[in-house]
Amino acid sequence: MSGGADLRGAGAGKWQPVIGLEIHVQLKTETKMFCRCRNGFGGAPNTQTCPVCLGFPGALPVPNRRAIEETIKLGLALGCEIAERAVFHRKNYFYPDLPKAYQISQYDEPLCAHGRLAVPTPDGEQAIGITRAHLEEDAAKNVHVAASGRIHGATATLVDFNRGGTPLVEIVTEPDIHDAETAKRFLQLLRQTVVELGLSDAELEKGSMRFDVNVSVRPEGSDELRTRTELKNMNSFNFAAKGIEREIARQIRVYEEGGTVEQETLHFDPAHEESPPMRSKEEAQDYRYFPEPDLVPVHPPAELVERLRSEIGELPGERIRRIASTLSFYDADVLVTGGLDRLWSAVVDAGADAKEAANVLANQFVATGVDPAAVDPAQLARLVAARSEIPRAAFDEALAKTGEAGFSADPYIAQKVVADASELDPVIDRVIEANPGQAEQYRGGKQGLLGFFVGQVMKETGGKADPRVVNERVRAKLGS
Amino acid sequence: MTGGIDTLRLTAEEAKRLLDAKEISGAELFAAYRAAIDERDDELHAYLHVCDDPGGDGIPLAVKDVIGTKGIPTTAGSKILESYVPVYDATVIANAKRHGLRVLGKTNTDEFAMGSSTENSAFGPSRNPWDPSRVPGGSGGGSAAAVSGGLAPWALGSDTGGSIKQPAALCGHVGLRPTYGTVSRFGVVAFASSLDQVGPVAKTVRDCAYLYSIVSGRDENDSTTVDVPAVEVPQAEDLKGLRVGVPKEMNDVAGIEPGVRDAVRKAVDLAESLGASVEECSLPLSVDYGVACYYLVAPAEASSNLARYDGVRFGLREDGADFREMVMRTRDAGFGDEPKRRIMIGTYALSSGYYEAYYGTAQKVRTVIKREHETLFQRFDVLVSPTSPTVAFPIGAKIHDPVAMYMNDVLTIPSCMAGLPGLSIPCGLSEGLPVGLQLIGPQFGENTLFRAGHALERALGFDVVPERLR
Repeated sequence: MSGGADLRGAGAGKWQPVIGLEIHVQLKTETKMFCRCRNGFGGAPNTQTCPVCLGFPGALPVPNRRAIEETIKLGLALGCEIAERAVFHRKNYFYPDLPKAYQISQYDEPLCAHGRLAVPTPDGEQAIGITRAHLEEDAAKNVHVAASGRIHGATATLVDFNRGGTPLVEIVTEPDIHDAETAKRFLQLLRQTVVELGLSDAELEKGSMRFDVNVSVRPEGSDELRTRTELKNMNSFNFAAKGIEREIARQIRVYEEGGTVEQETLHFDPAHEESPPMRSKEEAQDYRYFPEPDLVPVHPPAELVERLRSEIGELPGERIRRIASTLSFYDADVLVTGGLDRLWSAVVDAGADAKEAANVLANQFVATGVDPAAVDPAQLARLVAARSEIPRAAFDEALAKTGEAGFSADPYIAQKVVADASELDPVIDRVIEANPGQAEQYRGGKQGLLGFFVGQVMKETGGKADPRVVNERVRAKLGS
Repeated sequence: MTGGIDTLRLTAEEAKRLLDAKEISGAELFAAYRAAIDERDDELHAYLHVCDDPGGDGIPLAVKDVIGTKGIPTTAGSKILESYVPVYDATVIANAKRHGLRVLGKTNTDEFAMGSSTENSAFGPSRNPWDPSRVPGGSGGGSAAAVSGGLAPWALGSDTGGSIKQPAALCGHVGLRPTYGTVSRFGVVAFASSLDQVGPVAKTVRDCAYLYSIVSGRDENDSTTVDVPAVEVPQAEDLKGLRVGVPKEMNDVAGIEPGVRDAVRKAVDLAESLGASVEECSLPLSVDYGVACYYLVAPAEASSNLARYDGVRFGLREDGADFREMVMRTRDAGFGDEPKRRIMIGTYALSSGYYEAYYGTAQKVRTVIKREHETLFQRFDVLVSPTSPTVAFPIGAKIHDPVAMYMNDVLTIPSCMAGLPGLSIPCGLSEGLPVGLQLIGPQFGENTLFRAGHALERALGFDVVPERLR
């Protein structure tokens, strides 16, 4: 990890980080968890609401069957046992975004429990225990009205109940993770699993996937669990990994200086990644959980569970392991967690070189934002095969259009790159002549100017020159 | 008498006959009740809100003010909902409207149905038509006073621990608390969700059966509802083959007034003469622990159900410097003493460290109460007892002693905790005031209760019109 190594103190080897994750994923069901309002916010504030999700007097919840099935499916993908009897509980607390002043959640009888997710790593794989996966309803959205947009200084709070009642799956891991990189891999793998099962968009920026991280450290070899801190509100996996690294280093420093770690929550500001998180003492909240009397227990029939199990295809973790036997682990990881491996397989089947195809997909293709499912693998395979002979600009343009209906690689393959030195030399000579000052500086030792000359030649040739040949020739000519 | 319609005596069944035969119009009928309300409700204070005739030829219906009515204020007897007008009808109201019934008005109730006298209503108590210095019972005292005082042919009540049965007993008419799960709670302001049931309040058992058939049934908006056996409006006037159990703890304990005990005993003897077999039996744990158990479960659920009254979306709102202060001031100003008392008891019972000792234990005891009843229903078709240990008591007599007030429900609570149906019919007078006979049935045993209640009602010949109004 960049940034990690230098933050760890000299004593890091004596300490083992202990990391647990709590992830929330919004399900993209047609309707909300306990009412028939449309799910998927974005409408004008408070237009997707009804007496149930507004908590009006007398309103009663009716569970969304689809959401229950999807939670079971996710539980199965995470190797969980599916409860024969699951119960919804009320979690009581006052907050403006919680209209009933209780959240219908699950407590000691969740739908899914005792699972494990094998996270592929460069050194094999690490099994992370899944404590539970349960179903609940999301809160509404508070909008604090103030110039800063932050709670401090806000003059009023408005509530948009469109989000309130969205089905939300909570996944809790065992504290089985011991480094930030594995935490990040777990989150990526989980996200890809959820997306592939079609349960959620799991977009961090939109909040359809959110996670909290619990971090503590303990002396290496010990199995105690020391005071943990909770990291909240991180909206990227890289940011999370960085935050975890820093928190581990801080806790080690505290212990090594003879201090004690306080139980507290670190609230990150996604808009300002570099600013230090706000810290708050964890209030001893008593949620007064009790079984939701408005609902009856859920008894998932065994046939249903088996049907859902049969609908699950090869999971991302399994595919990473399979593909890593052909490519490097890193390529396999990037392809699968990037949702690119199915296209990769198809392109390879269509005749492209496996490694070459992986490079193109993981680097250039992913930057285009093209939906992999829209691509004709045969055309992409032809592009990949001809890559070294197509000018870079033309190749990039071609990739960006691979998603278009009826896309053909032909016109791009036709634009051959110019690699013939006899064709390029006159252009190079002209460029050197036109820039005598830079040529002198280069010869005087300013090697960095090589790129300038190469760039000028590429420009002159309309991007068709082979950069490797230009490089070689410019160096030869200026060196002489 | 109003325009030839005697609202004090007219049953819903008879009203329907008159309407069907076009002997009276829907407008005349509605107007007759409005006139009776104008005449007597200043004294009885049965209604919190009276409606204009919405038109149509259906039978008018009074509705307890915890039941949500679209476009008609629904206060639950509380200041915190004083300004609240629902945007949707409760399922029971939708069902009633589908059968043509017309909402006559909203009846008084103890605040959030918490009480046994209507003295906990934020809008003042209702009065007993038999003696206006006395309570009509509660929490459904408004519906009871309306039916008994001729201000409605029938009414909907709600019963958590006796709020339909006890007022029916104290006002001398019929009330059914149905089996839990047979009537939708959707749209009914929640007090204690695992106990609340809506039920009919009427002058006769047949009217009760008819109204029950209209409002009951599985509701896709209430997950706790079930399919309900077809309702049989009772005909038979004998009780041949009926096995009646008389739990001794509910018929022979201190606190039951002698006049109440005598009236009930006579009704039981009458049942035997109608062909029923009568045998003493025992419900020791249910009676011993019922009230204690109820006063943990009901307040616990209430503390959660009443948390939504926070001033954010509807109802009363008192300004505060921040969210927390706004909520605290709103709830302090909006709730009366009894909801506050129960919210505190319930919050305590659910608190971490106390949950197992209180709420957890209460739920286990509840299972014991259920089993104890189930065992008896292997041998009996109905169990009988007084509905209330006393006749109507004077307004103010118990208001400063919550525990004495809670003990009013000692006989109605056990079967409520077991989720079982209970019917109260008037069985005589004690000191000039009505005495209620409670008939408890097994789960989904409503038809048996109707049959037993109807036969006894015919044989008893009790006059439901208060003596002073005859």
